[in-house]
Amino acid sequence: MEEVQEKVASLPRLGEPAPDFTAVTTHVTVKLEDFKGSWLVLFSHPADFTPVCTTEFLAFAEIYPELQKRGTELLGLSIDSLSSHIAWVRNIEEKTGVKIPFPIIADLDRSVSTAYGMVHPGQSKTETVRCVFIIDPNQIVRTILYYPLTTGRNMDEILRIIDALQTTDANKVATPANWRPGDKVVVPPPTTQEMAEERLKEKGYECVDWYLCKKKL
Amino acid sequence: MACISTDGTLTESGLKIFRAMSSGPVSPEEVARSTGLPMYRIRGGIRDLIPAGFVVQKGDKYQLTEKGAAMLKK
Repeated sequence: MEEVQEKVASLPRLGEPAPDFTAVTTHVTVKLEDFKGSWLVLFSHPADFTPVCTTEFLAFAEIYPELQKRGTELLGLSIDSLSSHIAWVRNIEEKTGVKIPFPIIADLDRSVSTAYGMVHPGQSKTETVRCVFIIDPNQIVRTILYYPLTTGRNMDEILRIIDALQTTDANKVATPANWRPGDKVVVPPPTTQEMAEERLKEKGYECVDWYLCKKKL
Repeated sequence: MACISTDGTLTESGLKIFRAMSSGPVSPEEVARSTGLPMYRIRGGIRDLIPAGFVVQKGDKYQLTEKGAAMLKK
């Protein structure tokens, strides 16, 4: 009997290269590599002309200038046609005055949504859930967020994560719970007993104990 | 093709890209800087324009062909 093997693509994981793609968008046909050198927020929405997605697009458009200041591009996606995307963004501009400044992938063949695990059949077999992939300038996946169909995303958190990742990369530190730019950062914990003893004697740190020390940048 | 409309004329962003490449070979970064367009738009646009014969690659840089220059004069 012939064995049937189904190829199961592995889903993106943090710290690994983002899955490559070529996709038709509302601006131009893009490849993932076109975004090399910039941070990229790749996000999916369930469908055009739906209420929660419309509030999210208005919110993404609002934070777009802040993303630009952080060297970050925005790329939307849904399993809708290019005509549907164009009609929707034109409708948003007509009804609200807000121009959608970022491209949107028309993923009708589901190639990108499959590679990124954006369809969760328990939520919907025909729509993508609300995914966010934050990809760094070297095209490594740095953050993955999944929201259900009924919950609109928090833009403030997306900006906060980008700030935290860029701060971590620039200073080799970590960021504590609810960290905001300007707050103290977490110093990497010592890795030997000797370093632990020395850490508590070092100046410039605010330590709870040897393993939890913060500092001002 | 994102730089050229269905009526055969340059789009607004296409015109910016063509102008940026009209006076000699330039890198995608230089085109992005002079046009204010994002890098993905420049890279995606150039990728369309090469097989259509409007742009030619010179090392790491790009410039308009005669066909591309003629399009700019339209």
